[in-house]
Amino acid sequence: MRRRNRYLLILILILFGFSLWAILPLNSQKLGRNGFQLGLDLKGGSYLLYEADLTKKDPSQTDAQVMDAVQQKIERRVNAYGVTEPIIQVQGNNRILVQLPGVKDINEALKLIGQVALLEFKEEKLDAQGNPVRDDKGNPQWVIATATGTNGQEEELTGKYLKPNVQVVVNQQTVQPEVAFEWNSEGATLFEQITKRDLNKPLGIFLDNELISAPTVQAVISDRGVITGVTLDEGKKLAVQLNSGSLDVPLKIIQQTDVDATLGADSLSRSLRAGLIGIALIMLFMIAYYRLPGFVAAVALCIYASLLLAIFKLLPVTLTLPGIAGFIISTGMAVDANVLIFERMKEELRVGRTVGMAVEEGFRRAWPSIRDSNVSTFITCVILYWFGNTFGAFMVKGFAITLFLGVAVSMFSAIMITRTFLNLLVGSELAKGLLLRSAK
Amino acid sequence: MIDFVGKRYWYFLLSAIIIIPGIISLAIFGLKPGIDFRSGTNMTLNFSPSVEESQLRQSLASLGYADAVVQHTAAGDFLIRLREITTDERQELVGGVETALGSTVTVRDFAVVSPVIASQTARNAAIAVVIAAVGILFYITWAFRRMPKSLRWGTCAVIALIHDVLVVLGIFSILGWLAGVEVDALFITGMLTVAGYSVHDTIVVFDRIRENMTKGISQDFEMTVNLSIVQTLTRSLNTSLTVLVVLAALFLLGGVTIHYFILVLLIGVTTGTYSSICNASQLLIVWEKQEWGRFIGRKPHPAQALR
Repeated sequence: MRRRNRYLLILILILFGFSLWAILPLNSQKLGRNGFQLGLDLKGGSYLLYEADLTKKDPSQTDAQVMDAVQQKIERRVNAYGVTEPIIQVQGNNRILVQLPGVKDINEALKLIGQVALLEFKEEKLDAQGNPVRDDKGNPQWVIATATGTNGQEEELTGKYLKPNVQVVVNQQTVQPEVAFEWNSEGATLFEQITKRDLNKPLGIFLDNELISAPTVQAVISDRGVITGVTLDEGKKLAVQLNSGSLDVPLKIIQQTDVDATLGADSLSRSLRAGLIGIALIMLFMIAYYRLPGFVAAVALCIYASLLLAIFKLLPVTLTLPGIAGFIISTGMAVDANVLIFERMKEELRVGRTVGMAVEEGFRRAWPSIRDSNVSTFITCVILYWFGNTFGAFMVKGFAITLFLGVAVSMFSAIMITRTFLNLLVGSELAKGLLLRSAK
Repeated sequence: MIDFVGKRYWYFLLSAIIIIPGIISLAIFGLKPGIDFRSGTNMTLNFSPSVEESQLRQSLASLGYADAVVQHTAAGDFLIRLREITTDERQELVGGVETALGSTVTVRDFAVVSPVIASQTARNAAIAVVIAAVGILFYITWAFRRMPKSLRWGTCAVIALIHDVLVVLGIFSILGWLAGVEVDALFITGMLTVAGYSVHDTIVVFDRIRENMTKGISQDFEMTVNLSIVQTLTRSLNTSLTVLVVLAALFLLGGVTIHYFILVLLIGVTTGTYSSICNASQLLIVWEKQEWGRFIGRKPHPAQALR
């Protein structure tokens, strides 16, 4: 018995040491940067849920294929934009979740991600006499340029034939930015026919059905070209979009949450301070009310908290504001197991059992209550996790996860840590006396 | 020993006094749906230098958002609620307000929810609540499967749970029209947590009743229940106290985002503790003694009237 407790103590100390090693140093950034994964509400950033219009997809592809392709293209765009640790996930049949932590200019990012970026080349519409058609205001009418592809079919000339090395260059003469692109062999075949046919005529370059520029074809070109009429920023964005390929279907934002980074940092430090004060008060209360066992519980609570934080860090669990609340509440509930046990111990002491037996009986009898009462919290957590997951509310999910883990670890802590400590204390006469007095 | 069970109808009365105004408010005003269920846009704007609320309202109206709801937050920011807007509209709005008021705007937070998501969230919330209730009922029935009439224990625990849920719902309904407090996805989360906690607390008391019954401490069920309540009283109060202390710290000092979420839990834990001591176990006695007549105004049995 004594020997078993010693082994357990060593095991607990190893676990404690390991968890401290995992979570320290907390460093100057508090819980951030150094490994804890913080949710958007704490580090700032943008949470976006897009819905894809699958009625506009290429009928030869399945929904899943289209969504996969869209996801990959968004990933490429986001990476090119330089967001650290973005999350891009397909949800359900037609939704894409995008999380962009720490993005400064969210409007820019939104334009970059959500735009279909369909690049098309169009010719002026000609009437029967071969003259360009004008509308009432004298604007030219455009039709998409087609040419015979290598397989002998008529193909439309779009951005999908571009090599992924589109870049912004500055024209030496005009000192204006231009987007330089190269065609692959199929694109080159098409482009050559079109430039030959449209020599000295304007060729309209459209992005998502909007005319960007309409240069006049001055020579037959096949493999490369430039798009003028863009600002440097527009050009950079366009290059990213063209390199990632156009999205196969249009996207619409159906849910968006942006949090300013300073607000997030403020929430984090406020909640942490609140949590520390709350936990300190609990410890004081436990020591004041239960004396020696209370002190044991306070020590166990410290180990419990560091174990839990280590688990959060190693799994990892993304910490959100409600998640931190879940952690702090679970700390309060972790005390519950101790309270149950101590109250039982007191009762056993009052009916005249020895200290050693009272400790054992206290645990044995309190255990069914601890186990049964926590199951209902587990049930709620599982349902909350589902609820948070189906519509992607990371805040709800964060709470469900931390509360679940918190309650699970609290059961372990009560039955392993507090019990071992008390059993070891029973060995000392002084502690025995103190335990006896605490029951009065 | 404190006589808890003898005063059971006083406890039921107190519960009724707290719940009935809430139910009336729920029936008349309902709950104020937040953006998660209603769809639309919420944004918090910070102005530097600061501006007057009326000025902001005016400039919003001139930009075509006459029906926007503007609220001044404690931190000195403005919370604006309006219809669902696009990214372009947002840029125009912020730019327009900046030029009209001559003040730099920082968007502290911004949330858009479309009607599709809002109705889906509402549906999922309803499903979650129903599954939680059924799951908990089954769990309790299972936990007390060895007891005679295990369904009875489960039902009493669920009645206590519904009591706690009604207290929170009622208070939030009243807060809705008094202070414009809205109900969002986090509120549902809080409610489910309260449900879990309510049962957690009830089970500890029920467990003790079960234990005392098997020990055969007293032939009288009422005595057994009272003893069990007294035996678990310190534990119930101490546990609730520790949870309430951390919640109070979070409520007073924690972040704004979870303010009302924490309030749900604060109220829920308080009523959860009350109902497990004063309602759930007492209902077991009412059921055991078939005292239903009292509820419909029949005179109590003389033997019971004596206590």
